[in-house]
Amino acid sequence: MDKIYDVIIVGAGPAGLAAGLYAGRSRLSTLIVEKEKDGGQIVQTAEIDNYPGSIEGETGPSLVERFSAQAQKFGAEKIIDTVTDMELEGNPKKIIGQKETYLGKTVILAGGAMPTKIGCPGEDEFTGKGVSYCATCDAAFFEGFEVYVVGGGDAAVEEAMHLTKFARKVTVIHRRDELRAVKAIQEKAFKIENLEFMWNSVVKELSGDGLLSRMVVEDTKSGEQREILADEEDGIFGVFVFIGYKPNTGVLEGKLPLENGYVKTDDDMKTTIPGVFAAGDIRVKSLRQVVTAAADGAIAATQAGKYIENLEG
Amino acid sequence: MLEVNKDTFEAEVLQAEGYVLCDFFGDGCVPCEALMPHIHRFADVYGDRMKFVSINTSKARRLAISQKVLGLPTIVLYKDGEKVKDLIKDDATPVNVEAMIQAHL
Repeated sequence: MDKIYDVIIVGAGPAGLAAGLYAGRSRLSTLIVEKEKDGGQIVQTAEIDNYPGSIEGETGPSLVERFSAQAQKFGAEKIIDTVTDMELEGNPKKIIGQKETYLGKTVILAGGAMPTKIGCPGEDEFTGKGVSYCATCDAAFFEGFEVYVVGGGDAAVEEAMHLTKFARKVTVIHRRDELRAVKAIQEKAFKIENLEFMWNSVVKELSGDGLLSRMVVEDTKSGEQREILADEEDGIFGVFVFIGYKPNTGVLEGKLPLENGYVKTDDDMKTTIPGVFAAGDIRVKSLRQVVTAAADGAIAATQAGKYIENLEG
Repeated sequence: MLEVNKDTFEAEVLQAEGYVLCDFFGDGCVPCEALMPHIHRFADVYGDRMKFVSINTSKARRLAISQKVLGLPTIVLYKDGEKVKDLIKDDATPVNVEAMIQAHL
């Protein structure tokens, strides 16, 4: 707790690891605090085709492994801890974890985002028991079964199309009467035989006996609710949820101005608090990709270095 | 670490005495791949006090469903063939798995 780092980075996804690389390489003493494992959301991704320089057969984990090794090579330290609070004003700034409190002259917030949940009863209880947010992980369980996909954007429709290769029937449950997904995707989707659509509908409840086998769906226009039960022979069905992402900014509420939960920064990744920067999916931006996260991290670390120079005159 | 299959699961896990930790993974499950090396590491450290096995659910889907596993990765701890605790998906972190092991040593 005594050591004051030059830079504390919260989150070890592409933004945090790129920041770690740049900060370490600038000889700033750097600590990366991560709650579980490196990589953030991309460890769920089986194929990374659009990161410049990614090699054939690149997966989320293989790319992250090289990100991590590179940050480590330049001296960034890493600790596994869950951040529960932060004191960002003043100097040094305090990052309060479950295990310890960490002190830094600057902080780079790179906590990323997580899939949004439906927020209905039974959702948490049946995650991994029929409810999933990861098609590449769980699609195979539903070979020959019925599957429901919640959402109407590009991700939802693309994953629904992917799931038709496994499931007997896939039904997209969408709260509006038309999809948000781009037209090219929609055209493909409407041609698939075992892909159906349930319009103006929201999931209100998920339940079952150990595994998901029942749900309640509400019509958004009439307010009428109906029960959907698993086919008797199947005994189960799957619900895949793709309704966007939510930034991991719970501990920042009231500390920084947020827009729909995302941290506002300027082009230099500066937040409204001097010495506090944000990088990657956690901030307000138009494109959330590995390449933009890495770029944010590089800018944030460089700006953190400049801030320290000025601080120490 | 022993890899079991749909034919050997019954004998190696459900008929086994004491604690058995089973790593349910699947082909193409990227988070499973990320978690696996940690489970192997725990098997090296704690393997003398607890049995560690893994099973590829892509080749044992019915069996996984019978064990109420319908999402990956899932780590299940059995005692005398009964499920004691499971850690599913986001909860199946190396830190949580090690804590679960240590709580049952």
